[in-house]
Amino acid sequence: MLLSSLVAQASPLSEQQVKQLQGLVSQLNPIQQAWVSGYLAASAQLAGQSVAVAPSAVAAPAATLTVLYGSQTGNAKHVAQDLGKAASGKGFTVKVQDLAEYKAANLKNERFLVIVTSTYGEGEPPENAISFYNFLFSKKAPQLPELRYAVLGLGDTSYEFFCKTAQDFDQRLAELGGKAIIARADLDVDYGTAAANWQQQLITTLEPEFAQAPAATADVISWPGVSQTAAAESSYSKQQPFSAELYTNQKITGRDSSKDVRHIEISLAGSGLRYQPGDALGVYFSNDPQLVKELLLLTGIAANTPVLLGTERLTISDALTEQLELTQSYPAFVDKYAKASGSEVLQALVADKTALRSYLSERQIIDIVREHPALISAQQLVDALRKQQPRLYSIASSQAEVEDEVHLTVGVVRYEAYGKPHLGGASGFLAERLAEGGSIKVFVETNNNFRLPENDDTPVIMIGPGTGIAPFRAFLQERDVRAASGKNWLFFGNPHFTQDFLYQVELQNYLKQGLLTRLDVAFSRDTAEKVYVQHKLLKHGAEVWQWLEQGAHLYICGDGARMAKDVHQALLTIVQQQGGKDEKAAQQYLDQLRIAKRYQKDVY
Amino acid sequence: MSQYPVNPEFVAPGKLSDNERLKAESDHLRGTITSDLQNEITGGFTGDNFMLIRFHGMYQQDDRDIRAERAAQKLEPLHNVMLRARMPGGIITPTQWLAIDKFAAEHTLYGSIRLTTRQTFQFHGVLKPNIKPMHQFLNSIGIDSIATAGDVNRNVLCTSNPVESELHQQAYQWAIKISEHLLPKTRAYAEIWLDEEKVETTETEPVLGDTYLPRKFKTTVVIPPHNDVDVHANDLNFVAIAEHGKLIGFNVLVGGGLAMTFGDTSTYPRRAEELGFISLEHVLKVAEHVVTVQRDYGDRVNRKNAKTKYTIDRIGVDNFRSEVEKRVGVAFEPVRPYAFTSRGDRFGWVEGIDGKHHLTLFIENGRVLDFPGKPLKTGLAEIAKIHQGDLRMTANQNLIIAGVPLEQKAQIEQLARQYGLLDDSHSEQRKNSMACVSFPTCPLAMAEAERYLPELVTKVEGLLSKNGVADDHIVLRVTGCPNGCGRAMLAEVGLVGRAPGKYNVYLGGNKVGTRIPKLFLDNVAEAEILAQLDQLIGRWATERQAGEDFGDFVIRSGVVAEVKVSKTDFHA
Repeated sequence: MLLSSLVAQASPLSEQQVKQLQGLVSQLNPIQQAWVSGYLAASAQLAGQSVAVAPSAVAAPAATLTVLYGSQTGNAKHVAQDLGKAASGKGFTVKVQDLAEYKAANLKNERFLVIVTSTYGEGEPPENAISFYNFLFSKKAPQLPELRYAVLGLGDTSYEFFCKTAQDFDQRLAELGGKAIIARADLDVDYGTAAANWQQQLITTLEPEFAQAPAATADVISWPGVSQTAAAESSYSKQQPFSAELYTNQKITGRDSSKDVRHIEISLAGSGLRYQPGDALGVYFSNDPQLVKELLLLTGIAANTPVLLGTERLTISDALTEQLELTQSYPAFVDKYAKASGSEVLQALVADKTALRSYLSERQIIDIVREHPALISAQQLVDALRKQQPRLYSIASSQAEVEDEVHLTVGVVRYEAYGKPHLGGASGFLAERLAEGGSIKVFVETNNNFRLPENDDTPVIMIGPGTGIAPFRAFLQERDVRAASGKNWLFFGNPHFTQDFLYQVELQNYLKQGLLTRLDVAFSRDTAEKVYVQHKLLKHGAEVWQWLEQGAHLYICGDGARMAKDVHQALLTIVQQQGGKDEKAAQQYLDQLRIAKRYQKDVY
Repeated sequence: MSQYPVNPEFVAPGKLSDNERLKAESDHLRGTITSDLQNEITGGFTGDNFMLIRFHGMYQQDDRDIRAERAAQKLEPLHNVMLRARMPGGIITPTQWLAIDKFAAEHTLYGSIRLTTRQTFQFHGVLKPNIKPMHQFLNSIGIDSIATAGDVNRNVLCTSNPVESELHQQAYQWAIKISEHLLPKTRAYAEIWLDEEKVETTETEPVLGDTYLPRKFKTTVVIPPHNDVDVHANDLNFVAIAEHGKLIGFNVLVGGGLAMTFGDTSTYPRRAEELGFISLEHVLKVAEHVVTVQRDYGDRVNRKNAKTKYTIDRIGVDNFRSEVEKRVGVAFEPVRPYAFTSRGDRFGWVEGIDGKHHLTLFIENGRVLDFPGKPLKTGLAEIAKIHQGDLRMTANQNLIIAGVPLEQKAQIEQLARQYGLLDDSHSEQRKNSMACVSFPTCPLAMAEAERYLPELVTKVEGLLSKNGVADDHIVLRVTGCPNGCGRAMLAEVGLVGRAPGKYNVYLGGNKVGTRIPKLFLDNVAEAEILAQLDQLIGRWATERQAGEDFGDFVIRSGVVAEVKVSKTDFHA
């Protein structure tokens, strides 16, 4: 563009500024002009940044949409990221952030805030949302009269406290003066379509606000918590999983164990997929053909009956085998199946939430249909079922050690109920139906909230009973290869020493070679009085405290419903007894550890 | 250092074996066993403790059937211990029996009581957390396991002869006294297992020595003419000499032993030989000094040549005898006449001279367990509940219900029949066959023994019957390795394990156990063994002289050469 043709209407400059600029430029030779153009470009870039951080008094602040997520399994994170992408595509200035990373003090400056969150356990916030949650419900929480917000809850209707955290956030933000942009949605496990709809509705509602803002800086989006390397190197994702080869399926509990735990090795060769210790592997699976057969028999549907799944046309047999959830049961199925089948018993059950939950607690879909067989149409059956969700397994290997492989420690869900054997969906697929050499669809789910300390000298305490040992095998491999000098202390537990000591020989070798500084084990069923990891922690409380005071990072992996709580309680006791603190101060001590990322959990 | 003058010419030269270091450093058998008991990461014992627990009567073992499976499962082998009790003469009370019956059921992997060729019982499959409670439990019923394994004098055998009850009682008392006299003096067992306090004394081992014996040492008290204890399998034997039913002294035989190492011709099974007669007042001194001579002159450089039998062959029996005499301060008298005429147990009822009745039960392989259709273990417990006498384990792995008053005979017999303990269908062949434990528990096993014997016997019975000698029998013994527990080296037909399914076959022992057999087949499988036996039994059936036993026949007919002097003949 030539300056001579520059007119104020076509530029952000006033008429006077245009004239001054034209006057100056006319005195400069081409080299000087080039230098000035570079100078101006550079200073403009700097100015732009400072605007984003601290808006100048003159220019109106660019409207920023802050999207925060509280995520346990990565679902809320993905939804938040999708929302971020869609909004920035519309020209919004968007910031997507892990709630654990978010500085609560900024809350009062937010104008447009979205929180996507799951709920954990008995209505508690997910691990990475705890600090923010506590802040929001504390006296320190600011009044937010300027805030416009939206909350999206992800959950599972089979749990009593379905989307409780989302409801809490919604209610609290409103109490603090915030105004909802659109109504909160509480979504079930098959949230895909509903989440997309909610996102669309949100963007449409906000578009007028953001359209008034100056040119959007779309690439300001930052996604902390996303491994850039993984995203950069591999095109495979949850949406496009990699078809990987199963190398090894090895039972690692003894022949007399009540548990069937498998060590699974999967090849990632050719995928470019990278993971770090602490990450999880998402796994898609095929349902048991026998289960599909029986379901079709009970409902009187021919296997080749065509059905519509979203926009896809396929046979009911394929839909049931590859795409729909057949093992985990949930209220929505009972509701839809009750209607389709006309079963009055089930309809009555749907009305009684407590009874329904207990009914579902150990029934798979097949049990419900077995108890209430009904001739329904193929499409009715498909519509009653939700889409299969991939299962996430904490990765049990480090790529520093195993390179193109990924290892998992899979507890096979297997039990007898109602006179029939039952098998978990993914675990059954991995353990029994997938032959070595067969292929399985996988993706990497990053988890930056479960990471080894960056400093290799830092000691770590790992508490991982049962299959909770998985990420710690990854940690140990990583620290071994890195020749990290930090001390490593592992607490492991399971029912029986002779049958259930997962990775016993590997751990013995790590102990011998000195990588494991300490290994304390609790085998609950070997003694008259049950001994669990928390008892071992308490037994060695003085040393645990010593390690913490030396800066140790603390990790818990495994059962969240009981173990993680009991371990937390044990830690509180240790901090009180060894640190001479009262209960409140002990709680604060652990909170501080969590905030400093020295106390991390991967629980399920 | 010995408290006696030692002739340096009789001491094997060279660098001491590592076991000598281990014993010397063990703090009189304590090692670090206590800290291993607290180690929750492994079910096994570490370092020297692995060997040291043997001196306390235990072997670390694992379930070898699932060793590979567990390795794939990233689990260590299913480590456990086998415990061998110290029961001189093998007598156990019904109360003790009921207690060990319960313990086996509740605290062992295999749930069985194993009667062994050393006239005692073994628990198999005791996991580490149960070990200390096991010793405390045994102590509470008056049983220990001190020195039933390791380089010490082990459980002392005594002929099971309930008929000559008085003589047996005297001999049995000597077995107990000898056992106690030769026990280690260390308090390690009491401290480690029974939590007894450490006493601040300077501990010494005046008999066994601070580094204990060069190798295991086995002692018997035998009452001729019955050689049930197999004197020639033992280092030291006291052969009871009685006058008018009263014990007056013993002929002393030394240097028997059956162990050997494949491929090492410096090792061989060897018969015991006579030192002479001693009267009763010298018994303990003689026992002590056969031990101290072996202690001072046994080979501590090469463990494979460390047993008494090699010491005697190396320094000569006369030198050995005179060393013992010097230390005891008494000369042996000439051997008194004696003869062995039998070896197997006399099954069924016998009446003792004391008027009590005794029932000898055949326990196949010595394994007391509830088998399908044969609840032997429950049956013995039921008998123990009402029995007023005692129970006697024999050196042939059988059991005698001893001291039954006439009025209880019928009831005990009824119980024995009800639970399959008395089974008239057992052939003489079966009752004269024996095997060691071997797989799956014994770490030394090279081939099956106990688990294989029953079907092998059935096949041999078939051969006898096919060749028209079904009422005869051959002393048949199978042992899983060449270490000798199954005493195959004193059998008419002895199988010694080489590899899974493969055995060496030795022929030519005799019925009473006074001749070492010789190698006939090397490393062969069952088909070949049976084919050859079929042919030989066929020849025996037709060519034998009147009453000629199979073992005698194969030598007379030149199938194998007789082993007269093991050192020169066995490998010839």
